[in-house]
Amino acid sequence: MKLLNNIKLKLKMRKINFGIIQFPGSNCEQDCFNVIKNILKQNCKYIWHDLNSFRNIDCIIIPGGFSYGDYLRTGAIAAQSKISSKIKNFANQGGTVVGICNGFQILTELKLLPGILLRNKSLNFICKNTFIKVENNETRFTNLYEHNQAIRIPIAHAEGNFYLNKNEIDSIKKNSQIIFTYCDSEGNSTFESNPNGSILNIAGLSNKNGNVLGLMPHPERASEKILGNVDGKKLFESIINYIN
Amino acid sequence: MDNLPFALENGLTEKEYKIIITKLSREPNKNEIGVIAAMWSEHCSYKSSKFYLNQLPTRGKRVIQGPGENAGIIDIGDNQCLVFKIESHNHPSFIEPYQGAATGVGGILRDVFTMGARPIALMNSLRFGNPKKNSTKRLIKEVVSGIAGYGNCMGIPTVGGEIYFDNSYKGNPLVNAFALGITKKNKIFKGRADGPGNPVFYLGAKTGKDGIKGAIMASDIFESEKNLDKPTVQIGDPFKEKLLLEACLELFNTEGIIGIQDMGAAGLTSSGSEMASRSNNGILLDLDKVPKRDLDISAYEMLLSESQERMLLVLNKKNRKNINKIFKKWNLDSTQIGEVISKKNFIVKYNNKVVVDIPVSILTKGCPIYKRPIKKPKSIKGLKKINNANLKKTKYDLKNLLIKLLKDENICSREWIYNQFDYMVGTNTITVPGSDSAVIRIKGTKKGVCLTTNCNSSYCNLDPNIGTSIAVAESCRNIIASGGEPLAITNCLNFGNPENSEIMWQFVESIKGLSKAAKIFKTPVVSGNVSLYNENKQGSIHPTPVISMVGLIDDIKYLKNQWFKNEDDDILLIGKLKNDFAGSQVLKYINLKHKITSPLTLNIKKHLEINNFIYKIIRKFDIASIHDISEGGLLIAIAESCFNPEKLIGATIDQKMLNTDNELKMFAETQGCYIVSAKKSESTKIKSFAKKNNINVRIVGTVGGDALSIKDSFSLKVSKLYDIWRQSFPS
Repeated sequence: MKLLNNIKLKLKMRKINFGIIQFPGSNCEQDCFNVIKNILKQNCKYIWHDLNSFRNIDCIIIPGGFSYGDYLRTGAIAAQSKISSKIKNFANQGGTVVGICNGFQILTELKLLPGILLRNKSLNFICKNTFIKVENNETRFTNLYEHNQAIRIPIAHAEGNFYLNKNEIDSIKKNSQIIFTYCDSEGNSTFESNPNGSILNIAGLSNKNGNVLGLMPHPERASEKILGNVDGKKLFESIINYIN
Repeated sequence: MDNLPFALENGLTEKEYKIIITKLSREPNKNEIGVIAAMWSEHCSYKSSKFYLNQLPTRGKRVIQGPGENAGIIDIGDNQCLVFKIESHNHPSFIEPYQGAATGVGGILRDVFTMGARPIALMNSLRFGNPKKNSTKRLIKEVVSGIAGYGNCMGIPTVGGEIYFDNSYKGNPLVNAFALGITKKNKIFKGRADGPGNPVFYLGAKTGKDGIKGAIMASDIFESEKNLDKPTVQIGDPFKEKLLLEACLELFNTEGIIGIQDMGAAGLTSSGSEMASRSNNGILLDLDKVPKRDLDISAYEMLLSESQERMLLVLNKKNRKNINKIFKKWNLDSTQIGEVISKKNFIVKYNNKVVVDIPVSILTKGCPIYKRPIKKPKSIKGLKKINNANLKKTKYDLKNLLIKLLKDENICSREWIYNQFDYMVGTNTITVPGSDSAVIRIKGTKKGVCLTTNCNSSYCNLDPNIGTSIAVAESCRNIIASGGEPLAITNCLNFGNPENSEIMWQFVESIKGLSKAAKIFKTPVVSGNVSLYNENKQGSIHPTPVISMVGLIDDIKYLKNQWFKNEDDDILLIGKLKNDFAGSQVLKYINLKHKITSPLTLNIKKHLEINNFIYKIIRKFDIASIHDISEGGLLIAIAESCFNPEKLIGATIDQKMLNTDNELKMFAETQGCYIVSAKKSESTKIKSFAKKNNINVRIVGTVGGDALSIKDSFSLKVSKLYDIWRQSFPS
């Protein structure tokens, strides 16, 4: 029945307008573009960091990469760029924003999301497949996943060790802001399945309003069968589903 | 000869200095000595190797650009072409491992994108001494972080590579970096300076005092660890390079580019003079206009600085307007610093005075080509044929041997390394590190590109000729096993001091082996690099001619990997195992004694027949997995096939079916053998097809269960073996 509803939805759907922010040093923007444009057949355009405004955008994606070379602190310089204040306005007005990897780091620097991303516990860059559990499927980013479903999405970062102080932890828990946590293939949040030392195995979280998501794993790298991973595609489809 | 001491200090010999005076009809000034010495260094001039390199096969129907440019180019149809090269950064990586390795990646990327291509993949080939020593561990850690730091930031996936350990690399680590890019056939740019009067632009980062005389340092041996010359090592800024890449690619879409070249070894000097030389023109550079990081930098230092992330561009004089706009957008310098001139000289001005004025030909073609003396080393002589009687007398335990080999630093999993590289960015990596060759898809087509890099220096130490042929053969096998067709080679020839006649013998033999194999396998050499003087007081490295090969899968539906997949599939051995133990890994763990050291063997023609057979059966039959047999032999290949990252799976091998006269053959490293798994119905068809084609095929076992078993011998849980193999890397 759910499947049938999905098909019906798809028939009625309009094309969603995605905007992908490009900072100097961004390097996953083309991968996001490919999934949105070529796989999901939605509208998509790049938004250069130096622009003063953007129009007719349903969803902003801040892609992964090394904006401004990760100099000073990951995401810190990008958060000071012209476009970032516009992203902040857009988010504060309820606009849908997803930050992936470096995008997540930028969102925390912009204070659109709580917490900070520290150096991985191993001190090394880590690129590998990870399992993450969908802790909350009642969001605009996860509505097509099952609750507690373990999905396989790769990570690739050196600073993904999410940290938040105790008071704030209580608050994000209370507001169901924890969206994804690292887990094993069975969906158990274990110490071994936490690749970077993140507190409570947190891999992704939203703001209080639920319109801004930051996550370290790369769903755009898990949206095509030929790449061996397809679980990330539903994240983009959830957004399309929600906006429609 | 007032300046002779300065010339010697710059690495020239007295004889070479006299040649320069004769050619110039005067004594060069100090700036000119610096410029000539850099261009005449082994690193830039290939003076000891050129004579032999000319013997390599460099042509083929797909070759668009052979050696002599910044990188080689091959045609892959649909107006697309691949641009690739491998280069060494051994000396800098020993002095300053992080920066040395990082700038090795940066340099090879510029060689590729300067030709108009967007880089889409990186690989590396690494060699270190004893990995159990803390000093080696530190080196590995820094080199790996350096490669990761640069490649990851650039957003170009590092999809493959190799790492080996041997005592000969103690104090002589090897760091070779490979890059591959893709462009359209009508969008290739070369390092040319045509059209006198055309402006010469400086692009990218500012010039500082880093890397000065790097090319000269890289052409020397290390006397002691204490006097290491840190300022000769370049400092990399991958963020700047990312901007430079995007700016250049944007510039390439505009009109009027005459030529472009990156400022690599010997910086401004080499790029300026080489571009002028290719176009048979001269070039005038005004150092006052060069963007500087250090204001007190001298002319000599500017000419020899190897500051990173810089390019030299010649533009048609009518087309200057785009360049400033594009480079401003990317926040980079683009400054006119000179022009192409008709007088065929390399002229440099500084403070409005001419400080260098020498014919371009002296710089690029004036260096004497040496045909250095060669002598076959005594230690290689007297290899005897192995004999079965001796093998049978040797005591060993098959099960323990398998475990020891899986733990061996040259066989165990390299996951600790490749997990630090972003191998997925770009979303094109369809075979991730760990299988025979990495495979990159080309979006919008059915095509896949296979990449692999190989060199077994234990083989090359025993016989550099056959050893090098084997490196080519193994590269072909990796590509064939992935479903591809081997196309072309880029190589990095790492050797010791060429002034030692025994080292020179190794080099010459290696070139012979490379030429022979490249001809028969139809994989021409389209680019490459030579790194000599890899030695210190303790001795020279083993000959290490690293072969990187590129292949093509016409349709990625034929993509294969090495992992067993289905219960009850037959395991087939293609090719015939022989007593090939020369330089093999198993020799480390059994007491065979010197008297039965066998020679290396390779039958290239037979090997090619087997390769062609594999290529055909992939297209004719339903095959679950293919893996080539290399280091560690059949049993290691079987174990690796069981280590399917999606799901571990067992296998049972029947020695009777293997029909070997001694079970040690399961570790023999016979060339030209593959392991294939397929359904029983398919394996029967493969067998009869093999018979028609006169290829040796044997069903040797079955996939399934959770253990790796040798019938009547032992059975071990695959999960246990997997853990041993995965956790043994000396990190």
